[in-house]
Amino acid sequence: MNGTGNIVALKPFPDAARLELDDAQLRTNLRRATHTIRDKRLRVVGEVDDWEQLRLSGAAIKDDVLARLPELLERFEEAATKAGAVVHWARDSAEACEIVTALVKETAAREVVKVKSMATQEIGLNEALEAAGIAATETDLAELIVQLAEDTPSHILVPAIHYNRSQIREIFLSKMPGVTRGLTDEPRALAEAARKHLRAKFLTATVGISGANFAIADTGTLVVVESEGNGRMCLTLPQTLISVVGIEKILPDFSSLDVFLQLLPRSSTGERMNPYTSMWTGVTPGDGPQTTHIVLIDNGRTATLSDEVGRQALRCIRCSACLNVCPVYERVGGHAYGSVYPGPIGAILSPQMTGDGANKTLPYASTLCGACFDACPVRINIPEVLVHLRQKGPKSRAEHAAFASISWIMRDRRRYAAALRAARRGSAPLRGRGPLRRLPWPASAWTVSRDLPLPPKESFREWWAKR
Amino acid sequence: MVGQAMNAREEILARVRAHRPSAPVTVPRDYLPDVAGIDVVEVLVDRLVDYKAGVHRASAASLAEVLGALVASSATVVVPPGLPPEWFTGPVVRDSADAPVSVGTLDAAGVTVVTGCAVAIAATGTLILDAAPDQGRRVLSLVPDHHVCVVWTDQIAGGVPAALARLADPSRPLTLISGPSATSDIELNRVEGVHGPRRLDVVIATR
Repeated sequence: MNGTGNIVALKPFPDAARLELDDAQLRTNLRRATHTIRDKRLRVVGEVDDWEQLRLSGAAIKDDVLARLPELLERFEEAATKAGAVVHWARDSAEACEIVTALVKETAAREVVKVKSMATQEIGLNEALEAAGIAATETDLAELIVQLAEDTPSHILVPAIHYNRSQIREIFLSKMPGVTRGLTDEPRALAEAARKHLRAKFLTATVGISGANFAIADTGTLVVVESEGNGRMCLTLPQTLISVVGIEKILPDFSSLDVFLQLLPRSSTGERMNPYTSMWTGVTPGDGPQTTHIVLIDNGRTATLSDEVGRQALRCIRCSACLNVCPVYERVGGHAYGSVYPGPIGAILSPQMTGDGANKTLPYASTLCGACFDACPVRINIPEVLVHLRQKGPKSRAEHAAFASISWIMRDRRRYAAALRAARRGSAPLRGRGPLRRLPWPASAWTVSRDLPLPPKESFREWWAKR
Repeated sequence: MVGQAMNAREEILARVRAHRPSAPVTVPRDYLPDVAGIDVVEVLVDRLVDYKAGVHRASAASLAEVLGALVASSATVVVPPGLPPEWFTGPVVRDSADAPVSVGTLDAAGVTVVTGCAVAIAATGTLILDAAPDQGRRVLSLVPDHHVCVVWTDQIAGGVPAALARLADPSRPLTLISGPSATSDIELNRVEGVHGPRRLDVVIATR
């Protein structure tokens, strides 16, 4: 069953990318931000002597989880229930939104505060709540910027990465109540404005909504990794807490965090440790929310699991290191991918979670340079999956015919030599003008985004035979 | 609603069973069990300073004096139920299950909260609070703008695995704190001081 929600691209990647490439400011912002974080990541990863061993363990723990997922999900459900949480299951985004909306309605709350969460972005929860008359406030600074700007996130970790400080100031000035023209574009001043804006909401909210970075099967514990403390506010102050968690977030036991609490912060924000990590198990009397719900979602994850090569994408811990090193992401930004999961990981995750829309173009949104694989803390071989998805993907009849004839020619040495001779003879009048840049249809399908090199005067075999 | 939820559960589990990889996976654990060969106090101090936390040293005898100086300008000092009374000579507001301190009180200007911690991680500059009686409810170290945390030198582990192994019960509410609240959301530059306490002072004490 396919996933649904904000993971379906509406426009083919090349069309969406062309629009984004027109925005020079966007490219400047992205280049600056991705290079800053790349350098930070390299510095803090370099100081860990056993980084590669941690990566190998991290990848294997996640693979082990996928192999034992039914048992671990049942164990998690049992432990969390025993600790006082209520566990729900949702097949797709519509079902997940329905469950969460019903849970909020039960509390009679008209407002909820949200911790930054990819799962709730994926299922389009804010839109669903709004349709039910419930206002959801994003409390992560970057998510708040995107929400105020009525925009969509463009990065997994820093959804507002496409805005620079003065653009953020403009958004605050026009959309944040109580902000005056005296606000400067100093990051400190902007963060202070967000603190003031959200403080009252935190202290009065009765329902908090979160995702989770990890779910521990042994104990039923959920883990949220964050920076600002908005997460702690939402996880601690409301009476009711609803957490939306993908089924692949399971870890077998607490000691698995040995690995992931080292891999995640250094890979994502390039810090030795993120400022705050919260872990909670069901309900603790007298401390934090006294009603906790966990909504486990599939939404295309089991479809992804069915592909032997592609299922490694489910190891992803949403660190976004692959986005920050990707030459394609750096130029087009996150919106071109048309999914809440952009960049290299999005190019393999979105099309596997749902074959809908323009997602079939995403595996081509890459140069296959492999920087993403090197940066991935759980060793997802993204280039391998990209090539695999390209091979599996739909092909036009003309492409099939072209490759069938090339295959026929290349299977026989005489046919191949003859074809080369013919190509050289045919291209002789054009020689000396360098590679061809523009050809008429149907060859324009090739030259629209690539040069066509001309065959040389003689082949190596011919040169060798003459000596 | 319940019937439908059951169906979703069974359907998802059936799909996972049908699609999961068949071969069992062996997990290598060749990573280091601890960061060895470092002076844990020195490294912890270095990391905390890097995060822009205040760092202070004390002995068991001088602890009350050091804490007293840190809260000298605070309007109110809030402490968890089990914080040793001998740490403070002045008046404190003590949180308890019978008379929990309200969020409004904690949010007032000039409130400082003083807690202990369960374990600290030198390599990452992290304090772990596990809601034990000397640390109290999670809200105590969250809402006030100033958090003073006392770390005994024998509570400091080298690296993450060694620190997590020391926790008594991982199902208690756990909060890992690495420096004051911060954000990197504006041009990916770290700015300290968003929603959590904007000032974090760590007192490293020798028993």
